[in-house]
Amino acid sequence: MKFVDEYRSEADVRKVADSIRALVTRPWTLMEICGGQTHTLIKYGLDRMLPDLVTLVHGPGCPVCVTPLELIDRAVAIARRPEVTFASFGDMLRVPGSELDLLSVKARGGDVRMLYSPLDAVRLAQKLPERQVVFFAVGFETTAPAIAGALLEAERLDLPNFSVLVSHVLVPPAMEALLSSPACLVKGFLAAGHVCTVMGTHEYDPIAERYRIPIVVTGFEPLDLMVGIRMTLAALEEGRHGVEIQYSRCVTPGGNLPAQKLLSEVFETCDRPWRGIGVIPKSGYALTPRFLRFDAAKRFDVETVTAEEPAVCIAGSILQGLAKPRDCAAFGRECRPEKPLGAPMVSSEGACAAYYSYGRE
Amino acid sequence: MSDDLGEKLLALSCPVPVSDTPNILLGHGGGGRLSQMLVEKMFAASFDNAALSEMHDGAVLPVPAGRLAFSTDSFVVRPYFFPGGDIGSLAVHGTVNDLAMCGARPLALSSALILEEGLPMEDLWRITRSMAEAAKAAGVSIVTGDTKVVDRGKGDGIFVNVSGVGLVPDGIEISPRRARPGDVILVSGAIAQHGIAIMALREGLEFGTTVETDSAPLHGMVASLLDALGGDVHVLRDPTRGGVASVLNEIAKAAGTGVSITETAFPIAEEVRGACEILGLDPLYVANEGKLLAFVARDRADQALALLRAHRYGAEAAIVGEVTDEHPGRVVLKSRVGGRRVVDLLTGDQLPRIC
Ligand code: SF4
Repeated sequence: MKFVDEYRSEADVRKVADSIRALVTRPWTLMEICGGQTHTLIKYGLDRMLPDLVTLVHGPGCPVCVTPLELIDRAVAIARRPEVTFASFGDMLRVPGSELDLLSVKARGGDVRMLYSPLDAVRLAQKLPERQVVFFAVGFETTAPAIAGALLEAERLDLPNFSVLVSHVLVPPAMEALLSSPACLVKGFLAAGHVCTVMGTHEYDPIAERYRIPIVVTGFEPLDLMVGIRMTLAALEEGRHGVEIQYSRCVTPGGNLPAQKLLSEVFETCDRPWRGIGVIPKSGYALTPRFLRFDAAKRFDVETVTAEEPAVCIAGSILQGLAKPRDCAAFGRECRPEKPLGAPMVSSEGACAAYYSYGRE
Repeated sequence: MSDDLGEKLLALSCPVPVSDTPNILLGHGGGGRLSQMLVEKMFAASFDNAALSEMHDGAVLPVPAGRLAFSTDSFVVRPYFFPGGDIGSLAVHGTVNDLAMCGARPLALSSALILEEGLPMEDLWRITRSMAEAAKAAGVSIVTGDTKVVDRGKGDGIFVNVSGVGLVPDGIEISPRRARPGDVILVSGAIAQHGIAIMALREGLEFGTTVETDSAPLHGMVASLLDALGGDVHVLRDPTRGGVASVLNEIAKAAGTGVSITETAFPIAEEVRGACEILGLDPLYVANEGKLLAFVARDRADQALALLRAHRYGAEAAIVGEVTDEHPGRVVLKSRVGGRRVVDLLTGDQLPRIC
């Protein structure tokens, strides 16, 4: 096991924090896109090492948070069926639907399982031929290639009892949606390094041009984030825009071509609703016609399930960087991790949960 | 039981005629002939001691005057065999440690088993043997017990409850409420080992090397600490379920003081750290079964550290934090990179993240 300790050196992080302080002359609002980045910022206390002039807002990049309520209700409806073995990544299990979450379905006798890889779900389907195995395909461009791989494998094996409930979302359309809102406060982006490892950075060039904004592709370690923040602030102070790569040890402009090919075989883009934000055009993945027979929503006829968000939850504003968790009237009162009203309070990477757990002294 | 006889017994194969009943039957819990055979041939022979051999409804123990500590713990771990241990030794260690954390010297244990119909007799034999060995190594007797059998499908093979009593020496007053500002916090070794060992096995994950449980009896280490430091040991806790973070939160709340810890001070094995990274788990919340946290008066901290390190289960002991009068009721961590954040209680179990 090799560690990335050089990206967690206290002395180096302090040095960068000092140079940020020397650099900033005006107030700037930056957004980190990815929930993993939010998590690192707060977990390591980096947010408190920045000068007051720099405000970080948290983006829509937590896949658990942006999954619409109705999709969770659909997952729950499928998981409750007696013939179904429902498999998901761990952190989706506790997200509340309108009435139930997946862990409660399990507690009531449903066969709900936590898996680490969609390929394990394919193996499960092989092992349990009398059951219908459904995998909850959640996540950004990062997890999508693994799902695509699993679907290709299911096709090769011609598995009749495997399907996926697709909820994939894409980052660049969400950035565009945020930037085109007149209320947008964001002056610079820390783009999610993992996503770009797969997709490269080409998609970001037109966005940086059109909105004249610096976008720095940033990794997930403390030093990555601090350096990414410094690069973004330096561009802003000098009046530059464009795409820069901080996370060059993993990201190339072209990205991972075999993974992209896999994605284009299995998925096509579609309009998709984001929790608290609404439908963003061309912001999601749907199965291509060749793979439609693996679509769980169709197989179990749950496409008509709809749901309404609790009115008090301002998840939409939080996910767009327009509000901070503490601006929500329910934060820490009616809405707490043990009784979440909205998705950002559920996932460990959700902004509300991060503020609630790490933020109070 | 003489050592000699013990060894012989442990080396023997399962004493219940496996050819007749290779699996647990409902009748093994029914109180009749099958039950009796199980109790006499397996449990009484393995746990052999004067109190147990009375075959009474309970054990009658001579107890010197003083204070008694009493603790109970149930074990439902799945699978029941895992690298470095099994549900039997785990249950014995768990209760021995709970007594030790009260400052008590363990005196006697009970063993209550809930068996699922169909449990392989060989597995029960292995677990019984392991309980007997663990109790012997800890110098404590299993003096009474109970066995029930539930229908197939109504249990995970075997559930084990071990209760125990122990004596608290005079002058020893161990309680979460006794944490006070200035106390130094020590951990007796590398954290998060047990939880990762179980998770890796259960989920079929591989991390290069096999992570073993750290399950161990800690009363010997506690005794050496208490003998030397006496009343200067204020709090002892074994950070089992919920890990170090949960226990520190409980203590901070009970004492109404702040706890501040340093992330990098916690010893942690490479492969455990790697597993936590991959799974997106915070090792501070992962279970331990053979570690303790000790809160001691500041001027005795170095001595406490030396005592822990001198013990076989404490070689990697470290000072990890202190009690403060700032942020009462809260645990605050100095992160690896020098930032600060609160370490709160978790809502449920930690769930591995998506990306
Ligand atoms: S605190 Fe709860 S209700 Fe408020 S925005 Fe966050 S998740 Fe929604």
